[in-house]
Amino acid sequence: MNTAAEQINQNKETQITPSFENSILKVEGIDVSFGGVKALQNVGFSVYEGEIFSMIGPNGAGKTSMLNVISGFYKADSGSIWFDGDDRTKASPDQVARMGFARTFQNIALFKGMSTLDNIMTGRIVRVESSFWREAFYFPARKSEIAQRRHVEGIIDFLEIQSIRKTPVGKLPYGLQKRVELGRALAMEPKILLLDEPMAGMNLEEKEDMARFVLDVNDEFGTTVILIEHDMAVVMDVSDHVLVLDHGKRIAYGVPDDVRTNKDVIRAYLGDQ
Amino acid sequence: MKLDSNLDTFPKLLFNRKKISPNQPAIREKDFGIWQTWTWAEVVEEVQTVAYGLAAAGFCRGDKLAIVGDNRPRLYWGMAAAQCLGGIPVPLYQDSVAQEMEYVINHADVKFALVEDQEQVDKMLEISPKCPKLKQIFYDDPRGMRHYKLDNLVEYEQLKVEGEKFKAAHSDFLNAEIEKGKSRDIAIFLYTSGTTGFPKGVILTYYNILKTVQNSIEFDGLTDKEECLAYLPMAWVGDHIFSYAQSYVAGFCVSCPERAATVMQDMQEIGPTYFFSPPRIFENILTNVLVRMEDASWIKRKMFDYFIGVANRCGVEILEKRSVSIIDRFLYMLGKFLVYGPVKNTMGFSRMRLAYTAGEAIGPEIFAFFRSLGINVKQLYGQTEAAVYITVQKDNDVKPDTCGPPFPDVEVKIADSGEIMYRSPGVFQSYYKNPEATLSTRTGDGWVFTGDAGFFDDDGHLKIIDRVKDVGRLNDGTLFAPKFLENKLKFFPQIQEAVTFGDKQDYVSAFINIDLDAISNWAERHHVSYGSYQELAANDQVYEMIERCIKKTNQDLANDSEISGSQIQRFLILHKELDADDGELTRTRKVRRRIISERFNSLIEALYSDSNWGHIENVVTFEDGRKGKMVADLEIKHVTTFEPMKMAS
Repeated sequence: MNTAAEQINQNKETQITPSFENSILKVEGIDVSFGGVKALQNVGFSVYEGEIFSMIGPNGAGKTSMLNVISGFYKADSGSIWFDGDDRTKASPDQVARMGFARTFQNIALFKGMSTLDNIMTGRIVRVESSFWREAFYFPARKSEIAQRRHVEGIIDFLEIQSIRKTPVGKLPYGLQKRVELGRALAMEPKILLLDEPMAGMNLEEKEDMARFVLDVNDEFGTTVILIEHDMAVVMDVSDHVLVLDHGKRIAYGVPDDVRTNKDVIRAYLGDQ
Repeated sequence: MKLDSNLDTFPKLLFNRKKISPNQPAIREKDFGIWQTWTWAEVVEEVQTVAYGLAAAGFCRGDKLAIVGDNRPRLYWGMAAAQCLGGIPVPLYQDSVAQEMEYVINHADVKFALVEDQEQVDKMLEISPKCPKLKQIFYDDPRGMRHYKLDNLVEYEQLKVEGEKFKAAHSDFLNAEIEKGKSRDIAIFLYTSGTTGFPKGVILTYYNILKTVQNSIEFDGLTDKEECLAYLPMAWVGDHIFSYAQSYVAGFCVSCPERAATVMQDMQEIGPTYFFSPPRIFENILTNVLVRMEDASWIKRKMFDYFIGVANRCGVEILEKRSVSIIDRFLYMLGKFLVYGPVKNTMGFSRMRLAYTAGEAIGPEIFAFFRSLGINVKQLYGQTEAAVYITVQKDNDVKPDTCGPPFPDVEVKIADSGEIMYRSPGVFQSYYKNPEATLSTRTGDGWVFTGDAGFFDDDGHLKIIDRVKDVGRLNDGTLFAPKFLENKLKFFPQIQEAVTFGDKQDYVSAFINIDLDAISNWAERHHVSYGSYQELAANDQVYEMIERCIKKTNQDLANDSEISGSQIQRFLILHKELDADDGELTRTRKVRRRIISERFNSLIEALYSDSNWGHIENVVTFEDGRKGKMVADLEIKHVTTFEPMKMAS
């Protein structure tokens, strides 16, 4: 007879396997260069709906550049990006955000003087359907504010940050600021969540917490996650697929176990022997 | 001394509430940032449905329902639902590790458990192979549990659905079950955290609890207008009496905080009129205020210091309606406007009508601080075995170092050994499945040994010195009462916890735990960098700071001839916080001396040697049960002592 814990794990395996037929995001032949530096060369991959997709690689490999291309901050010199079957290569950052992409940043980009609650509320802006006239009147404005607040309170509850609801984020420790940033991204109700090193600079306990939240987001809301992370243990544990970049080129792609044993990957990380 | 037979159990009281005040708020919980309220009528509805659900699951008279989690309305309703069916709720400490829960669940023959969330469910599942009697687990919060597909695991909402079905088929069932309940039935098992050995299951009947609670409501004039916050562990007798029993009898509303970390904010929002807490919470609140004042602007600091001085001088007199000079009265009024009011507001004490501290002796300075601000804090001496009340201070007759005269219907006497004994309607039936312990604690004619040493002063107020087994003497015969010294030390905001030694020694020495909040705040302001608690605790400046605190304590002790010999001569700062997970504190955070002296034996030896360093290696337990090893060399410092003051003859 299986123990309870084993049974739960089995249930998990049978349930959250993402459908690998439907790629939600397709990136083809992306080139990006800054002056003479080729940040990305002919990089392509697919991200499937509901999966956790990780990008890894040594410093300067082009991971953040790739994320910036996806979120519309950088324009690719060539190549194309397809989202949900539509070509969105030329979309601007705000268009990308409205399509259902949300991201967090490598260096925290919150409004330091604003409270946790207000910071997360800013994430709702893309979801507010309103007009100048509606906002100008008390009752319609209040109605929309209450609806947004209710959603944000759900996120606060989800991330277990009730006790810092009204604290200015500048006063919070780093690990909590990261969590608030995740909260703001979640407030956008994204289809794809882009996380740029969400665990950098955290201690083990904070990392475990954050990994659990990322898994929970993926699990509870079915959000597709694209993750850049340096901590190999975390990447190998949580990812469905891993893409490895080195000097702007794709050197490996696959499930964590394949990537772990790939010779090119080992060479990129450890150098030639 | 009999109870009204229509109101002699909690379920009967609850249904009576529905009759007399159906629309009055009964319980609140802050959820999604908003206070949600349930009226008495709604609570009755919930409890009924849950009770039917339990019945559908096979819960019978005499079955036990374990309750595990933070204070949540649904857990309280689960308690009442079990009682409706003649069952016995067994609340457990929610931060216990799985093994501790396993003991209680097996010992109490628990068949059903109602737990709060995934964390508690995981613990239950971990121990369930070793708890053969545990049949079914119900849980309140489904978050993170979508993959938990086990037959014996049922969500609260599902329990209610089953309840509705069962109710449709057996509509008269519940009323009949409730009618069967009698005042002599067992109401609850409360496991004492126990400073020694395994926890003991104290059996209390409805009569024990309700008689005591009726007396307390009369004694303090509690009404259905009170507001109180349910934030203490549900397994503690204090919470059971103050947040459950008194609310059902007096009909007042109880509020459950959003999370443990938000209690202070929630308290500010609710503004309770009635408050109960162990001294530690008062200490924390005071530390918080003092720390925040250090960060305040110059003018605010000066104002605070000045008016706290005024309050020290005349606040208690004004509270107790004694005569005070016109000038002082005026200054106090001014202080109320400028300082006390705002301070009370930040503490959430603005509407406080009555507050109790119990569970441990409170430092006289801390006690006086709150009373001088006009907050009617009183001390109470109680035990799980007495359904709390043994002695209670009366309004306007409060001394900082006593626990007041015996509570109505309670007899108290002092045994030859100095041990306090009592007899009351609240006296427990027995310890569950532990006749030896019952016999050694309760005499045939109902007197209970408390284990505490004390005496009555000239006004008939009970004064508690310490645990009988802890009161000792130095080699020169000086009285050594460790808790007394520790409380004095703990008044300093820099000191979180102190453990003193001295029995059968030549002098008194102490372990100190620094208060991380206060000291890290200080470190930040003084640009002292540190990487860990351990590093901060070993800092030279911190040592100097603590030395000054102890020196001041010694100066105080020198004033009192009885105990001037027990001035602290040597101390060290511990490299880790004393922790209930390591067994060093009880779950209610009382110091466990025996375990501390075993675990830190090498340090105690060093305190009583000439060495300036002590070496220690310890295994520490993390909350998830993992273990790690800690090694440290700790500096030992000597403190100046003072000549005893000559007593005026």
